[in-house]
Amino acid sequence: MAAPEDREIDAHSGRETTGHEWDGIKELDTPLPRWWLYIFYASIVVAIIYWVLMPAWPMVNGYTHGLLNFSDRRNVAADVRALETARAPQYERLRAASNEEVVADPQLREFAFAAGEAAFGDNCRTCHGAGGAGAPGFPSLADDVWIWGGTLADIEHTITVGVRSPHPEARQSMMPAFGRDQLLTRAQISDVTEHVLSLGPARARENPNATAAARGAAIYGEQCAACHGATGAGDRTLGAPSLVDDIWLYGGSRAEVRRQIELGRGGVMPNWDRRFDPAMIRALAVYVYALGGGEAAPPAAAPAGEGEGEGAPPQAPLR
Amino acid sequence: MTTATQPVGRDDPWEAIPIAAIAVLGALLSIAGAATAEDSRFAVQMYTAAAGFVFGLWALAYWLANRRKTQPTKYQDNVVKAGVIASMFWGVAGMLVGVIIALQLAYPNLLYFADFGWTNFGRLRPLHTSAVIFAFGGNVLLATSFYVVQRTCRARLAGGAWPWFVFWGYQLFILLAGTGYLLGVTQGREYAEPAWYTDLWLTLVWVVYLLVFLATLWKRQEKHIYVANWFYLAFIVTIAMLHIVNNLAIPISFSNWFSYSAFSGVQDALTQWWYGHNAVGFFLTAGFLAIMYYFVPKQAERPIYSYRLSIVHFWALIFLYIWAGPHHLHYTALPQWAQSLGATFSIMLWMPSWGGMINGLMTLSGAWDKLRTDPVLRMLVVSVAFYGMSTFEGPVMSIRAVNSLSHYTDWTIGHVHSGALGWVGFVSFGALYCLTPWLWKRQRLYSLALVDWHFWIATLGIVLYITSMWVAGIMQGLMWRAYNELGFLEYSFVETVEAMNPYYIIRALGGGLYLVGALLMVYNLWRTARGDAPARADEPAPAAVAAE
Repeated sequence: MAAPEDREIDAHSGRETTGHEWDGIKELDTPLPRWWLYIFYASIVVAIIYWVLMPAWPMVNGYTHGLLNFSDRRNVAADVRALETARAPQYERLRAASNEEVVADPQLREFAFAAGEAAFGDNCRTCHGAGGAGAPGFPSLADDVWIWGGTLADIEHTITVGVRSPHPEARQSMMPAFGRDQLLTRAQISDVTEHVLSLGPARARENPNATAAARGAAIYGEQCAACHGATGAGDRTLGAPSLVDDIWLYGGSRAEVRRQIELGRGGVMPNWDRRFDPAMIRALAVYVYALGGGEAAPPAAAPAGEGEGEGAPPQAPLR
Repeated sequence: MTTATQPVGRDDPWEAIPIAAIAVLGALLSIAGAATAEDSRFAVQMYTAAAGFVFGLWALAYWLANRRKTQPTKYQDNVVKAGVIASMFWGVAGMLVGVIIALQLAYPNLLYFADFGWTNFGRLRPLHTSAVIFAFGGNVLLATSFYVVQRTCRARLAGGAWPWFVFWGYQLFILLAGTGYLLGVTQGREYAEPAWYTDLWLTLVWVVYLLVFLATLWKRQEKHIYVANWFYLAFIVTIAMLHIVNNLAIPISFSNWFSYSAFSGVQDALTQWWYGHNAVGFFLTAGFLAIMYYFVPKQAERPIYSYRLSIVHFWALIFLYIWAGPHHLHYTALPQWAQSLGATFSIMLWMPSWGGMINGLMTLSGAWDKLRTDPVLRMLVVSVAFYGMSTFEGPVMSIRAVNSLSHYTDWTIGHVHSGALGWVGFVSFGALYCLTPWLWKRQRLYSLALVDWHFWIATLGIVLYITSMWVAGIMQGLMWRAYNELGFLEYSFVETVEAMNPYYIIRALGGGLYLVGALLMVYNLWRTARGDAPARADEPAPAAVAAE
């Protein structure tokens, strides 16, 4: 330490300095603030109490378990088991019930809806949007237009096997890329585009050229009608969307329709049987079914293109 | 001041030989690496390194040629000046990237190119963190430590050209790390992303930094070592240890950037967070406390409040900090006993951290009135206040029950930035505002009014940043854990993302304001250095800096 004669008294605080000086900086010899010291001691006491109660220090073999013998791992496992046990009867009923029974039973329906909603949010919503509103390339699940069928059984099957997924029974459909693969000329594609736009309500919006549409009708008959039907009503057994309802997976403007004929895009939906057990898939189906467009039974005949029946699902909303 | 005892020393030209050997060897190895590269990214990195070594040889020749023009009695201040300039450059660059990635979180398509990954969030994010922590913060620490150790030891910086080697070697490290991130070269370890060869290079540079610092302490003409130098030394030594252990890795080939960590599983995670937390503790806390311990008493012209407190809190901080890392891994595969130790050591760390705050704030007793007239001192004092706030928030967040809500949310981001913007940023700005007139021998800064503007704009920016992140983080945590009466999650993840959007916009605004403040500082310091502030009348020797 510095010699006592180096120490001076600071005029403001009345404290002695330590007598050191570096580049004009001096230090006061102030004792440790009491409150600081006591809180420091208190935090050490808290730590020691915690070590006594909880697992804390590693030993040669194992570690100190603490008086409470607390274990996150055990607690989480117990919580998960408790939840599984509590839900098991509901899941069992969901698995065993027929589709009609699920829809008819309010309690079971509510449970399935809640389970489906949670699973939908983290697995389906990224593509199909909030409430199944859909997005370009990802079908809306909230309307009553279905590519692969809208009954509970249809929806359940689609979720199980996926669309163009690796599942052996996956829903498969493949629209040719008429432009990219040069199956049709640019002029022919223009003509087909005009014809497709003239099939349904889109004609009022896009004013298709009648001459071109007439030429396109012949090409349509050869290339498109096999799947989309002669009138453009579509075919659910083939996964061919209707072209007359003015609901478009890849957009309904002239340019967008043309682009789809050129590229023949088709999205992929995973087969969720890899992630979910059948009861959860059933729950997801119930949720999707209730989004607004579920069908009690497949339409008897090919539906007419006109008269969009938006809303008015066959079942009242479940929640 | 006693200018008569100035150390006299002319730098020895022979010291240039080993530096030249390192540069030649480095250039040859880089060219060999580029020639045998298995991967185009590795080749780009090696060409960059080779260019850096060739530049280093040129800089060395320049130093040799101009060596005799410098007055031998002076302190080595040119390397400090270079550090100040580099700090300003990297500070603005790093903060700009921060604003960009904040905007990318609010507007995800910004600078997103499906075919080019260079400006994706995933690559810009480590660029931001490394640029502000290591490039900006590192250069501030380099510049201030070289300045402070000379003044408080009354000794010229040891090693002749070696401090320049440390400076330029460190810039090469930054260049290799930053361009590597943009190319997609990363170890995937937070705050330790640079590839193995960049890590090796930094190890060499850092060991030389330590030796320069120690050798300067060794030849000091003061009996005692000032507290700022204890903190600098703790920072340099511990960062060396952390860097080496955390980056132990085996490259898949000497012609490839990719490597595998020497650790695996939860050991790897714990090593990473032992490193990560102590990078905060020893880089961003100990190093910047050293800055505080020199610049606050200097600018306030008051003695340090308590010598005893500085000793006790220094050793308590050093001892306790190193244990706190496991609190980054609460509720993970990390054994519970390790989580307990991490949490309790963090709580015990509260008062040792606050020791620095008390010494900083109480040093102003007798000089509080200066806060009205000196915006630089105000910046330094507010930085200490933010230091106190974030070192209280840290222990709170390390409590497991709090952590179960805060972990993985933007609360963490808010916490980090109250420390980074409020403490590290402000104390650095304060030090740069002090250093520039001292180094360039001006009576004062070009404009105190601009410092005032900087202070208020940046403070507003910090407030917007941290309050938005607190609200966003707590909301996010509550949404993640919300269950409905049937035991299913109430919100999907994407709903929580949507809910964050307004707060991300506010955060980007706060960061933008902070950047504007930094630009004002750069302008002000540039005008000061250029000579638009009056020069000091008498400048007999640099030791007279205390006379301002």
